[in-house]
Amino acid sequence: MSIKQTLFDPVFKNNPIALQILGICSALAVTTKLEAALVMSVAVVVVTAFSNFFVSLIRSYIPSSIRIIVQMTIIASLVIVTDQVLKAFVYDVAKSMSVYIGLIITNCIVMGRAEGFAMKNGPLISFMDGFGNGLGYAIILIAVAFFRELFGSGKLLGHTIFPLASEGGWYMPNGMALLSPSAFFLIGAFIWILRTFKKDQVEQD
Amino acid sequence: MLEHYLSLFIKSVFIENLALSFFLGMCTFLAVSKKVKTAMGLGVAVVVVQAITIPVNNLIYVYLLRDGALVWAGYPELDLSFLGLISYIGVIAAMVQILEMTLDRFFPALYNALGIFLPLITVNCAILGGSLFMVERNYNFSESIVYGIGSGFGWALAICALAGVREKMKYSDVPDGLKGLGITFITVGLMAMGFLAFSGIQL
Repeated sequence: MSIKQTLFDPVFKNNPIALQILGICSALAVTTKLEAALVMSVAVVVVTAFSNFFVSLIRSYIPSSIRIIVQMTIIASLVIVTDQVLKAFVYDVAKSMSVYIGLIITNCIVMGRAEGFAMKNGPLISFMDGFGNGLGYAIILIAVAFFRELFGSGKLLGHTIFPLASEGGWYMPNGMALLSPSAFFLIGAFIWILRTFKKDQVEQD
Repeated sequence: MLEHYLSLFIKSVFIENLALSFFLGMCTFLAVSKKVKTAMGLGVAVVVVQAITIPVNNLIYVYLLRDGALVWAGYPELDLSFLGLISYIGVIAAMVQILEMTLDRFFPALYNALGIFLPLITVNCAILGGSLFMVERNYNFSESIVYGIGSGFGWALAICALAGVREKMKYSDVPDGLKGLGITFITVGLMAMGFLAFSGIQL
Protein backbone atom coordinates (compact mmCIF):
# COMPACT_ATOMS: atom_id res chain seq x y z
CA MET A 1 0.00 0.00 0.00
CA SER A 2 1.31 3.44 -0.86
CA ILE A 3 1.93 6.06 1.77
CA LYS A 4 -0.84 8.25 0.43
CA GLN A 5 -3.33 5.42 0.60
CA THR A 6 -2.26 4.54 4.14
CA LEU A 7 -2.73 8.14 5.12
CA PHE A 8 -6.13 8.85 3.55
CA ASP A 9 -7.96 5.51 3.61
CA PRO A 10 -8.88 5.77 7.30
CA VAL A 11 -10.41 9.21 6.82
CA PHE A 12 -13.47 8.16 4.78
CA LYS A 13 -13.11 4.65 3.45
CA ASN A 14 -12.28 2.90 6.68
CA ASN A 15 -13.13 5.45 9.32
CA PRO A 16 -12.17 4.26 12.82
CA ILE A 17 -15.29 5.69 14.46
CA ALA A 18 -17.96 5.07 11.85
CA LEU A 19 -16.88 1.66 10.64
CA GLN A 20 -14.60 0.06 13.19
CA ILE A 21 -16.48 1.45 16.25
CA LEU A 22 -13.22 2.36 17.94
CA GLY A 23 -12.57 5.22 20.31
CA ILE A 24 -16.10 6.51 20.66
CA CYS A 25 -15.77 6.99 24.39
CA SER A 26 -13.94 10.27 24.26
CA ALA A 27 -15.35 11.24 20.86
CA LEU A 28 -18.66 12.17 22.35
CA ALA A 29 -17.69 13.78 25.59
CA VAL A 30 -15.42 16.57 24.39
CA THR A 31 -17.63 17.77 21.56
CA THR A 32 -19.76 20.42 23.26
CA LYS A 33 -17.25 23.06 22.17
CA LEU A 34 -15.31 23.19 18.93
CA GLU A 35 -12.19 24.40 20.71
CA ALA A 36 -12.03 21.36 23.00
CA ALA A 37 -12.65 19.06 20.04
CA LEU A 38 -9.76 20.63 18.11
CA VAL A 39 -7.39 20.23 21.04
CA MET A 40 -8.53 16.65 21.56
CA SER A 41 -8.06 15.89 17.86
CA VAL A 42 -4.52 17.21 17.86
CA ALA A 43 -3.74 15.20 21.00
CA VAL A 44 -5.11 11.98 19.51
CA VAL A 45 -3.36 12.46 16.15
CA VAL A 46 -0.04 13.05 17.90
CA VAL A 47 -0.42 10.12 20.29
CA THR A 48 -1.59 7.66 17.62
CA ALA A 49 1.13 8.65 15.14
CA PHE A 50 3.96 8.51 17.63
CA SER A 51 2.82 5.39 19.46
CA ASN A 52 2.66 3.63 16.09
CA PHE A 53 6.11 4.94 15.25
CA PHE A 54 7.73 3.83 18.51
CA VAL A 55 5.98 0.47 18.67
CA SER A 56 7.06 -0.19 15.10
CA LEU A 57 10.67 0.78 15.88
CA ILE A 58 11.01 -1.84 18.60
CA ARG A 59 8.57 -4.37 17.16
CA SER A 60 11.17 -7.08 16.55
CA TYR A 61 12.47 -6.84 20.12
CA ILE A 62 9.10 -7.16 21.92
CA PRO A 63 8.37 -10.70 23.15
CA SER A 64 4.83 -11.44 22.03
CA SER A 65 3.70 -12.57 25.49
CA ILE A 66 4.21 -9.13 27.00
CA ARG A 67 3.50 -6.97 23.95
CA ILE A 68 0.25 -5.53 25.31
CA ILE A 69 1.91 -4.16 28.42
CA VAL A 70 4.82 -2.76 26.38
CA GLN A 71 2.42 -0.98 24.03
CA MET A 72 0.42 0.25 26.99
CA THR A 73 3.54 1.73 28.59
CA ILE A 74 4.53 3.53 25.39
CA ILE A 75 1.03 4.92 24.93
CA ALA A 76 0.68 5.94 28.58
CA SER A 77 4.03 7.77 28.49
CA LEU A 78 3.02 9.64 25.33
CA VAL A 79 -0.31 10.59 26.86
CA ILE A 80 1.40 11.89 29.99
CA VAL A 81 3.69 14.06 27.85
CA THR A 82 0.70 15.36 25.87
CA ASP A 83 -1.23 16.03 29.06
CA GLN A 84 1.66 18.00 30.57
CA VAL A 85 2.14 20.03 27.37
CA LEU A 86 -1.56 20.87 27.20
CA LYS A 87 -1.63 21.84 30.86
CA ALA A 88 1.34 24.12 30.25
CA PHE A 89 0.06 25.91 27.14
CA VAL A 90 -3.75 25.72 27.00
CA TYR A 91 -4.56 25.26 30.66
CA ASP A 92 -8.22 26.37 30.52
CA VAL A 93 -9.16 24.02 27.71
CA ALA A 94 -7.23 21.15 29.27
CA LYS A 95 -9.03 21.78 32.57
CA SER A 96 -12.45 21.77 30.91
CA MET A 97 -11.73 18.41 29.29
CA SER A 98 -11.05 16.95 32.76
CA VAL A 99 -10.38 13.23 32.59
CA TYR A 100 -10.77 12.76 28.85
CA ILE A 101 -7.16 13.54 27.94
CA GLY A 102 -6.02 10.74 30.25
CA LEU A 103 -8.56 8.47 28.67
CA ILE A 104 -6.69 8.59 25.36
CA ILE A 105 -4.71 5.71 26.90
CA THR A 106 -7.72 3.45 26.71
CA ASN A 107 -8.84 4.87 23.38
CA CYS A 108 -9.12 1.74 21.29
CA ILE A 109 -7.88 3.50 18.14
CA VAL A 110 -4.41 3.97 19.57
CA MET A 111 -4.12 0.44 20.93
CA GLY A 112 -5.81 -1.08 17.89
CA ARG A 113 -3.44 0.54 15.41
CA ALA A 114 -0.37 -0.32 17.49
CA GLU A 115 -1.44 -3.94 17.70
CA GLY A 116 -2.94 -4.29 14.24
CA PHE A 117 -0.60 -2.25 12.08
CA ALA A 118 2.60 -1.11 13.78
CA MET A 119 3.57 -4.61 14.95
CA LYS A 120 3.79 -5.75 11.32
CA ASN A 121 5.07 -2.71 9.40
CA GLY A 122 8.02 -0.35 9.22
CA PRO A 123 8.26 2.85 11.29
CA LEU A 124 7.54 5.40 8.55
CA ILE A 125 4.45 3.72 7.14
CA SER A 126 3.20 3.03 10.68
CA PHE A 127 3.60 6.70 11.51
CA MET A 128 1.48 7.56 8.47
CA ASP A 129 -1.13 4.98 9.39
CA GLY A 130 -1.37 6.39 12.91
CA PHE A 131 -1.61 9.90 11.53
CA GLY A 132 -4.36 8.89 9.09
CA ASN A 133 -6.42 7.11 11.72
CA GLY A 134 -6.00 10.07 14.03
CA LEU A 135 -7.32 12.28 11.22
CA GLY A 136 -10.27 9.98 10.63
CA TYR A 137 -11.11 10.32 14.30
CA ALA A 138 -10.55 14.07 14.22
CA ILE A 139 -12.87 14.69 11.29
CA ILE A 140 -15.86 13.12 13.06
CA LEU A 141 -14.99 14.83 16.33
CA ILE A 142 -14.81 18.22 14.65
CA ALA A 143 -17.98 17.66 12.62
CA VAL A 144 -19.94 16.71 15.74
CA ALA A 145 -18.51 19.60 17.75
CA PHE A 146 -19.28 22.05 14.93
CA PHE A 147 -23.00 21.22 15.01
CA ARG A 148 -23.22 20.95 18.78
CA GLU A 149 -21.61 24.31 19.45
CA LEU A 150 -23.40 26.06 16.59
CA PHE A 151 -26.88 24.88 17.51
CA GLY A 152 -26.33 24.64 21.24
CA SER A 153 -24.96 28.10 21.88
CA GLY A 154 -24.98 29.86 18.51
CA LYS A 155 -21.21 30.24 18.58
CA LEU A 156 -18.14 28.81 16.90
CA LEU A 157 -14.82 28.87 18.73
CA GLY A 158 -16.40 31.43 21.06
CA HIS A 159 -17.39 33.85 18.26
CA THR A 160 -21.09 34.55 17.90
CA ILE A 161 -22.54 33.24 14.64
CA PHE A 162 -26.24 33.25 15.49
CA PRO A 163 -27.03 36.18 17.85
CA LEU A 164 -28.95 34.72 20.80
CA ALA A 165 -32.50 35.80 21.54
CA SER A 166 -31.56 36.44 25.16
CA GLU A 167 -28.96 38.97 24.00
CA GLY A 168 -31.22 40.79 21.56
CA GLY A 169 -30.65 38.56 18.53
CA TRP A 170 -33.02 36.12 16.87
CA TYR A 171 -31.63 32.66 17.62
CA MET A 172 -33.25 30.51 20.29
CA PRO A 173 -30.48 28.10 21.39
CA ASN A 174 -31.28 24.41 21.31
CA GLY A 175 -30.24 23.31 24.80
CA MET A 176 -30.49 19.69 23.77
CA ALA A 177 -27.41 20.06 21.57
CA LEU A 178 -25.28 20.72 24.64
CA LEU A 179 -26.51 17.61 26.43
CA SER A 180 -25.13 14.13 25.95
CA PRO A 181 -27.90 12.53 23.80
CA SER A 182 -27.34 14.90 20.87
CA ALA A 183 -23.84 13.50 20.34
CA PHE A 184 -25.30 10.03 19.88
CA PHE A 185 -27.91 11.29 17.44
CA LEU A 186 -25.31 13.21 15.42
CA ILE A 187 -22.95 10.26 15.12
CA GLY A 188 -25.89 8.01 14.22
CA ALA A 189 -26.89 10.45 11.49
CA PHE A 190 -23.29 10.75 10.30
CA ILE A 191 -23.05 6.97 9.93
CA TRP A 192 -26.35 6.95 8.08
CA ILE A 193 -25.15 9.55 5.57
CA LEU A 194 -21.80 7.80 5.11
CA ARG A 195 -23.45 4.45 4.49
CA THR A 196 -26.03 5.86 2.10
CA PHE A 197 -23.19 6.86 -0.20
CA LYS A 198 -20.94 3.89 0.50
CA LYS A 199 -23.28 0.95 0.13
CA ASP A 200 -20.60 -1.63 0.86
CA GLN A 201 -20.43 -0.50 4.50
CA VAL A 202 -24.06 -1.43 5.19
CA GLU A 203 -24.36 -4.16 7.83
CA GLN A 204 -26.38 -7.23 7.03
CA ASP A 205 -28.56 -8.96 9.63
CA MET B 1 -23.11 9.37 57.49
CA LEU B 2 -24.92 6.44 55.92
CA GLU B 3 -27.11 8.93 54.11
CA HIS B 4 -24.05 10.51 52.52
CA TYR B 5 -22.87 7.16 51.14
CA LEU B 6 -26.35 6.25 49.98
CA SER B 7 -26.74 9.47 48.04
CA LEU B 8 -23.25 9.02 46.54
CA PHE B 9 -24.31 5.56 45.40
CA ILE B 10 -27.57 6.76 43.83
CA LYS B 11 -25.73 9.63 42.20
CA SER B 12 -23.11 7.37 40.63
CA VAL B 13 -25.72 4.88 39.40
CA PHE B 14 -28.31 7.20 37.90
CA ILE B 15 -27.37 10.86 37.72
CA GLU B 16 -23.73 10.45 36.73
CA ASN B 17 -24.10 7.20 34.84
CA LEU B 18 -20.68 6.41 33.37
CA ALA B 19 -22.02 5.09 30.08
CA LEU B 20 -24.90 7.40 29.34
CA SER B 21 -23.78 10.74 30.68
CA PHE B 22 -19.99 10.47 30.47
CA PHE B 23 -19.77 8.20 27.41
CA LEU B 24 -17.26 5.91 29.07
CA GLY B 25 -16.69 2.33 27.99
CA MET B 26 -18.60 3.02 24.79
CA CYS B 27 -16.60 0.64 22.58
CA THR B 28 -17.47 -2.43 24.62
CA PHE B 29 -20.87 -0.93 25.40
CA LEU B 30 -21.82 -0.99 21.73
CA ALA B 31 -19.94 -4.13 20.74
CA VAL B 32 -21.08 -6.51 23.50
CA SER B 33 -24.72 -5.46 23.81
CA LYS B 34 -26.31 -7.77 21.28
CA LYS B 35 -27.55 -10.32 23.84
CA VAL B 36 -28.82 -9.72 27.37
CA LYS B 37 -26.97 -12.76 28.72
CA THR B 38 -23.49 -11.69 27.59
CA ALA B 39 -24.24 -8.11 28.58
CA MET B 40 -25.08 -9.32 32.06
CA GLY B 41 -21.79 -11.24 32.30
CA LEU B 42 -19.78 -8.23 31.26
CA GLY B 43 -21.77 -6.01 33.61
CA VAL B 44 -20.96 -8.21 36.61
CA ALA B 45 -17.28 -8.26 35.63
CA VAL B 46 -17.21 -4.46 35.44
CA VAL B 47 -18.85 -4.07 38.87
CA VAL B 48 -16.27 -6.42 40.43
CA VAL B 49 -13.28 -4.76 38.77
CA GLN B 50 -14.52 -1.22 39.56
CA ALA B 51 -15.13 -2.14 43.21
CA ILE B 52 -11.52 -3.33 43.52
CA THR B 53 -9.50 -0.98 41.33
CA ILE B 54 -10.97 2.36 42.42
CA PRO B 55 -10.21 1.87 46.15
CA VAL B 56 -6.74 0.49 45.32
CA ASN B 57 -5.99 3.45 43.06
CA ASN B 58 -7.30 5.70 45.81
CA LEU B 59 -4.72 4.27 48.23
CA ILE B 60 -1.96 4.68 45.63
CA TYR B 61 -2.95 8.26 44.95
CA VAL B 62 -3.25 9.25 48.61
CA TYR B 63 -0.11 7.51 49.90
CA LEU B 64 2.26 7.66 46.92
CA LEU B 65 1.38 10.17 44.22
CA ARG B 66 -0.42 13.16 45.70
CA ASP B 67 1.44 16.41 46.32
CA GLY B 68 3.15 15.83 49.68
CA ALA B 69 1.91 12.26 49.91
CA LEU B 70 5.39 10.90 50.51
CA VAL B 71 5.75 12.61 53.89
CA TRP B 72 5.84 9.20 55.55
CA ALA B 73 8.90 8.27 53.49
CA GLY B 74 10.71 11.51 54.26
CA TYR B 75 10.09 13.35 50.97
CA PRO B 76 7.51 16.00 51.89
CA GLU B 77 8.09 18.18 48.82
CA LEU B 78 7.74 15.45 46.21
CA ASP B 79 4.75 15.64 43.82
CA LEU B 80 4.43 12.53 41.67
CA SER B 81 0.90 13.18 40.45
CA PHE B 82 2.11 13.35 36.82
CA LEU B 83 2.79 9.60 37.09
CA GLY B 84 -0.89 9.05 37.84
CA LEU B 85 -2.05 7.80 34.47
CA ILE B 86 0.66 5.20 34.06
CA SER B 87 0.24 3.89 37.61
CA TYR B 88 -3.55 3.60 37.38
CA ILE B 89 -3.45 1.70 34.11
CA GLY B 90 -0.74 -0.57 35.56
CA VAL B 91 -2.87 -1.22 38.65
CA ILE B 92 -5.89 -1.95 36.50
CA ALA B 93 -4.02 -4.38 34.26
CA ALA B 94 -2.46 -6.12 37.27
CA MET B 95 -5.74 -6.26 39.18
CA VAL B 96 -7.58 -7.78 36.23
CA GLN B 97 -4.82 -10.37 35.88
CA ILE B 98 -4.89 -11.24 39.60
CA LEU B 99 -8.67 -11.37 39.62
CA GLU B 100 -8.58 -13.71 36.64
CA MET B 101 -6.16 -16.08 38.36
CA THR B 102 -8.04 -15.99 41.67
CA LEU B 103 -11.36 -16.71 40.01
CA ASP B 104 -9.81 -19.51 37.98
CA ARG B 105 -8.42 -21.11 41.15
CA PHE B 106 -11.29 -20.63 43.62
CA PHE B 107 -14.48 -19.91 41.64
CA PRO B 108 -14.17 -21.81 38.37
CA ALA B 109 -17.90 -21.48 37.66
CA LEU B 110 -17.78 -17.68 37.80
CA TYR B 111 -14.51 -17.70 35.85
CA ASN B 112 -16.11 -19.66 33.02
CA ALA B 113 -19.15 -17.40 33.04
CA LEU B 114 -17.04 -14.23 32.72
CA GLY B 115 -14.71 -15.89 30.22
CA ILE B 116 -13.24 -13.51 27.68
CA PHE B 117 -14.75 -10.41 29.27
CA LEU B 118 -12.16 -10.08 32.01
CA PRO B 119 -9.15 -9.29 29.77
CA LEU B 120 -11.35 -6.98 27.69
CA ILE B 121 -12.00 -4.89 30.75
CA THR B 122 -8.39 -3.67 30.97
CA VAL B 123 -8.95 -1.43 27.98
CA ASN B 124 -12.45 -0.38 28.99
CA CYS B 125 -12.34 3.36 29.54
CA ALA B 126 -15.07 3.16 32.18
CA ILE B 127 -12.55 1.55 34.54
CA LEU B 128 -9.77 4.10 34.01
CA GLY B 129 -12.35 6.88 33.89
CA GLY B 130 -13.73 5.81 37.27
CA SER B 131 -10.27 6.06 38.81
CA LEU B 132 -9.64 9.46 37.24
CA PHE B 133 -12.97 10.81 38.48
CA MET B 134 -12.15 9.50 41.94
CA VAL B 135 -8.92 11.54 41.88
CA GLU B 136 -10.56 14.62 40.41
CA ARG B 137 -13.34 14.67 43.00
CA ASN B 138 -11.07 13.91 45.95
CA TYR B 139 -12.99 10.95 47.28
CA ASN B 140 -11.64 9.40 50.47
CA PHE B 141 -11.13 5.66 50.86
CA SER B 142 -14.64 4.66 51.95
CA GLU B 143 -16.25 7.01 49.43
CA SER B 144 -14.15 5.46 46.69
CA ILE B 145 -15.46 1.98 47.58
CA VAL B 146 -19.05 3.22 47.32
CA TYR B 147 -18.27 5.10 44.11
CA GLY B 148 -16.58 2.02 42.62
CA ILE B 149 -19.56 -0.23 43.24
CA GLY B 150 -22.08 2.43 42.24
CA SER B 151 -20.44 3.45 38.99
CA GLY B 152 -19.87 -0.17 37.98
CA PHE B 153 -23.49 -0.96 38.76
CA GLY B 154 -24.71 1.99 36.73
CA TRP B 155 -22.68 0.87 33.74
CA ALA B 156 -23.97 -2.70 34.07
CA LEU B 157 -27.54 -1.41 34.27
CA ALA B 158 -27.10 0.64 31.12
CA ILE B 159 -25.58 -2.18 29.07
CA CYS B 160 -28.28 -4.66 30.15
CA ALA B 161 -31.00 -2.17 29.22
CA LEU B 162 -29.44 -1.53 25.82
CA ALA B 163 -29.07 -5.25 25.16
CA GLY B 164 -32.75 -5.73 25.98
CA VAL B 165 -33.75 -3.02 23.52
CA ARG B 166 -31.47 -4.41 20.82
CA GLU B 167 -32.87 -7.92 21.22
CA LYS B 168 -36.34 -6.57 20.51
CA MET B 169 -35.07 -4.41 17.67
CA LYS B 170 -34.31 -7.50 15.59
CA TYR B 171 -37.97 -7.53 14.65
CA SER B 172 -38.16 -3.97 13.42
CA ASP B 173 -37.64 -2.68 9.91
CA VAL B 174 -34.65 -0.36 9.96
CA PRO B 175 -33.48 1.64 6.88
CA ASP B 176 -30.47 -0.01 5.24
CA GLY B 177 -27.95 2.71 6.02
CA LEU B 178 -28.92 2.75 9.68
CA LYS B 179 -28.73 -1.00 10.25
CA GLY B 180 -26.49 -2.17 13.04
CA LEU B 181 -24.33 0.60 14.37
CA GLY B 182 -26.37 3.60 13.25
CA ILE B 183 -29.62 2.63 14.91
CA THR B 184 -27.74 1.55 18.02
CA PHE B 185 -26.33 5.04 18.38
CA ILE B 186 -29.78 6.54 18.10
CA THR B 187 -31.16 4.08 20.64
CA VAL B 188 -28.40 4.96 23.06
CA GLY B 189 -29.19 8.62 22.49
CA LEU B 190 -32.82 8.03 23.42
CA MET B 191 -31.73 6.10 26.52
CA ALA B 192 -29.40 8.93 27.49
CA MET B 193 -32.37 11.28 27.16
CA GLY B 194 -34.29 9.06 29.52
CA PHE B 195 -31.47 9.18 32.04
CA LEU B 196 -31.42 12.96 31.81
CA ALA B 197 -34.66 12.84 33.76
CA PHE B 198 -32.58 11.94 36.82
CA SER B 199 -30.39 15.00 36.47
CA GLY B 200 -32.91 17.21 38.23
CA ILE B 201 -32.63 15.20 41.44
CA GLN B 202 -30.82 17.06 44.19
CA LEU B 203 -28.91 14.85 46.61
